[in-house]
Amino acid sequence: MTPLLMAQLVLTLFVFVALLSSSAVMVYVERKVAALLQQRFGPYLVGPSGLLQPFADVLKLLFKEELRPGAADAILFAIAPVISATAAFAAFAVVPFGASTTFFGLLSEPLRLQVADVNVAVLVIFAIASMNVYGIVLAGWSSNSKYSLLGGLRSSAQMISYELSYGLALAGVILIGNSLSVTDLVNHQAGAWFGFIPRWSVFVQPIGFLIFMIAGIAETNRAPFDFPEAEQELVAGYHAEYSSMSFAMFFLAEYINMVTVSAVTVDLFLGGWHGPFLPESLGWIWFLAKTGALLFFYVWMRWTLPRYRYDQLMSFGWKVLLPLSVINLLVTAAGVLYFGV
Amino acid sequence: MGSDALFYVFGAIAIAASLLVIAQRNPIYSVLLLITSFGALSGLYVLLDAPFVAVIQIIVYAGAIMVLFLFVVMLLNAPHEETPYDERVHPLLREGPTRFGGALALALVAELVWALTRRSGSGAFAGASASSVSAIGRSLFTDYGLAFEVTSVLILVAMVGAVVLARRDPVSRDRTAAGGDR
Amino acid sequence: MPTLNSYLVLSAILFSIGAAGVFLRRNLITILLSIEIMLNAVNLTFVAFGRALGSADGQIIVFFVMTVAAAEAAVGLAIVIGLFRHRESLNPDSFTSLRW
Repeated sequence: MTPLLMAQLVLTLFVFVALLSSSAVMVYVERKVAALLQQRFGPYLVGPSGLLQPFADVLKLLFKEELRPGAADAILFAIAPVISATAAFAAFAVVPFGASTTFFGLLSEPLRLQVADVNVAVLVIFAIASMNVYGIVLAGWSSNSKYSLLGGLRSSAQMISYELSYGLALAGVILIGNSLSVTDLVNHQAGAWFGFIPRWSVFVQPIGFLIFMIAGIAETNRAPFDFPEAEQELVAGYHAEYSSMSFAMFFLAEYINMVTVSAVTVDLFLGGWHGPFLPESLGWIWFLAKTGALLFFYVWMRWTLPRYRYDQLMSFGWKVLLPLSVINLLVTAAGVLYFGV
Repeated sequence: MGSDALFYVFGAIAIAASLLVIAQRNPIYSVLLLITSFGALSGLYVLLDAPFVAVIQIIVYAGAIMVLFLFVVMLLNAPHEETPYDERVHPLLREGPTRFGGALALALVAELVWALTRRSGSGAFAGASASSVSAIGRSLFTDYGLAFEVTSVLILVAMVGAVVLARRDPVSRDRTAAGGDR
Repeated sequence: MPTLNSYLVLSAILFSIGAAGVFLRRNLITILLSIEIMLNAVNLTFVAFGRALGSADGQIIVFFVMTVAAAEAAVGLAIVIGLFRHRESLNPDSFTSLRW
């Protein structure tokens, strides 16, 4: 059990706990930001200015009764939230969140702040994102209720439609960075042009960034693309029949997917952990700040924009976003060929 | 040492899941078990130093083709097979042609194993693996460029064909009270 | 110590399982799934040989096999949907009207 192996185990545990707590933090942030946007107070009773609200929510969900519809398929009904939550956690396994560090010389060699160092990491993120579909469609099917089924099928159709644009926007960044490993793509964005414009990929691939953000929001079923699970439309869609901890797992999966999409966007487009004033080893602070900004943007969009109707959503994904991402890829390829990389 | 154990683990999962796929009565369980089998195969590809193929297997097979299967099974909603055989006996244990077919499948295994292992050479793996993703890409677009373009035409044909084949016939204008569209 | 032969034996077993599924099951969807098992066994053989011979060609052929399998699954399922609309049955034994 070398110190490096122990450090990696501790890192894995740390990432797991951090994702769980980020989900709890997001619950609070969402409600507080929504309240401030709507000019009301939000949670303020539980703890100082409502900071303990997530704990109250989790306790409430823990004490609720775990229901299952009588005609529901028991095995699939039980598995579906597990698949959702597992895929959400697993996608973060290949996302690096800081430069390699030796923890002030305690370790013999630098440890990458990434749970699994795979050299096709970008594709792994995409692969696990496409596993999210199963949790949703199985939840919709196994609940044996028409609202759940419709919500599940619509939601999964939406996710697989926007996956295409997601992947093609990724391809643009891969062309520029010339590597499939996320760490390489981040390190490609170090430094600055003219001394003050950071070399982030968002300046080279602005349309790709927009497509990636929009497809990411659609992938995580967040507003304005949350028609399949909106309360006003489909009685909460695919998770209508779930209660207590199973429902909590779907919620957890949604927030962790948001965090993962934000983290991947930061790594691929916004320079990852590189930033002006801090040294490399404290780069994770920049990473946190950028991811936090993107998460705030997510919440802001949800409580500002009206939601797309389902046919508008699908036609936008297929008729606007997909051709745009193909054109983006072609232009990027032409640019790489002409200007050289 | 660890990768040896992983080979046996992934191999056992792949075989067990595939056996369960053909043994399930409910097609949804079959689809989910096949996804498990694909996951195990993806692990085997990683052990064979082919990470790109492993990830493509998950993205294409487990993430797209199986979703297609799942949607069709849910659309058709016909979970049980009706046969002239006795319904209480499991489909794979029925008498007559089924048992003979099972015996033939075992014979097929024996034949394939015999045919595939009759090679000269030790059978151990070569030292270093050749391929990186950029090498695969380069070879794909130069040596196999024609096959690549033909494959893209094939996918277009399959898309158009699937849409045409699965489309409902347009309903005639004067619909009587008794009939739906079929 | 898994050698090339171990991978080939594994793929032979998977191929036979798929073949048994195609011939023994009387449900069109399960038959298509068994065909996918057979294609995967072939993919495993290609990758194993590619690794043993040290060339990337094995992985490239797998790329094409996967694409063809995707196209075939799509069209096959469309045909199954059309057949189901005709007879309300997924049993291949009920589509015998072309038999003399």
